Amino acid sequence: MIAIVDYGVGNLFSLKSSFAAIGAEVTVTSSAEVIRSADRIILPGVGAFGDAAKKLEASGLGEVLKEEAKKGKPLMGICLGMQLLFEQSFEYGCHKGLGLIKGSIKPISEVIGEGLKVPHIGWNSLRFKKDSPIFKYIKNGDHVYFVHSFYAADCDDSVIADTEYGAYLTAAAQEGNVFGCQFHPEKSGEVGLSILRAFSEI
Amino acid sequence: MITKRIIPCLDVKDGRVVKGVNFEGLNDVSSPVSLAKFYSSCGADELVFYDITASSDGRKLFTDILTETAKSVFIPLTVGGGINTVADFDRVLKCGADKVSVNSGAIKNPALIGEAARLYGDQCVVLSVDIKRVDGVFRVFAKGGRENTGMEAIEWIKRCVGNGAGEVVVNSIDTDGVKKGFDIPMLKAVCDAVSVPVIASGGAGKISDFITLFKTLPQVDAGLAASIFHFGEVAISDLKAEMQKNDIYTRL
Repeated sequence: MIAIVDYGVGNLFSLKSSFAAIGAEVTVTSSAEVIRSADRIILPGVGAFGDAAKKLEASGLGEVLKEEAKKGKPLMGICLGMQLLFEQSFEYGCHKGLGLIKGSIKPISEVIGEGLKVPHIGWNSLRFKKDSPIFKYIKNGDHVYFVHSFYAADCDDSVIADTEYGAYLTAAAQEGNVFGCQFHPEKSGEVGLSILRAFSEI
Repeated sequence: MITKRIIPCLDVKDGRVVKGVNFEGLNDVSSPVSLAKFYSSCGADELVFYDITASSDGRKLFTDILTETAKSVFIPLTVGGGINTVADFDRVLKCGADKVSVNSGAIKNPALIGEAARLYGDQCVVLSVDIKRVDGVFRVFAKGGRENTGMEAIEWIKRCVGNGAGEVVVNSIDTDGVKKGFDIPMLKAVCDAVSVPVIASGGAGKISDFITLFKTLPQVDAGLAASIFHFGEVAISDLKAEMQKNDIYTRL
């Protein structure tokens, strides 16, 4: 069973439907017990990092996620959920993340140059940097759907795919059993569903 | 590099697609669910559901059908029509919409965009504007293009983007339905004024209209159309192949 962590941030409808579409058993939950008993964990999220990090900490679920990840359970963060896996974020101040992947979250405006719109919204292509089990069913250059204004920086070792938008931005990262997708696999058509399917088979 | 987006728009009334659609292999031509799946499978980058229902019963049918569609379509889904309050945002977002488009609702209550952006983020709020030239000035029209609000369109768009609209759909009443191409001068004026994504709507009649749009105005992010896709005059796969041939970056 895959647990989608519900900590009061974002709309979990599409994620739940996506896993249902690929035939994976999925539960949306805010229960530490259910998360501990799951085979895999999805950490979703939209909105502001500071607010989300606070909610994760206050609910005690942040600690549960760290423990489960350290036990080797596959964990995937999506969009803001991916950013929360990193050590810290400089989105409106400085906020501490879960620290499961080395690196910091920074504004894309610092690197993409002038004339490009923020947020980075739309379909962009993945450039594979490393082999990863979540890419089992997709190919280099496939398009996925992004919506974000911040990106994971200082994390070269864990970047498994990036995307070009004025600069090369981290699109997906992996540190052992911990995975992160900056884009929305649940909104990326067949390619996105294939990533979720691969994750559900790890 | 980000791709140019092609967005079919479905007008839905009481849970059914209004304009008859006739595609091979499509049994129920007015089912939003089957049409949405069809478009999604043939390369649409995003879908817009426009609710033209007048009654609250019809609106309930719309939200039911939206939920069913959102369960089976895994590309971004924007919903517009009848969005007047933050509660309306909440209603459609809970049914699986990713973005919500506001038009008359923002004219009636200019605070709506700001409130919604604070709650759901700028990326969720799409400003849709119906614009017509009156004595050479771009004016905002309300009520489906029937009523001149007297507001100057570019100032209105700047104000809404300042309040948190994350994207702008520019629908030119002057070119809408004429099928002679998008309103390039109007779109240029909007692109020059704001830095959020701009979606062109109104006037597409054939594939070359999209090519002209993206070649002349590379700042435009997406092209939206309804009837030419529904009536099979333009197949999205052919359109995208032609875009690629013309070096317009697209998702095939």
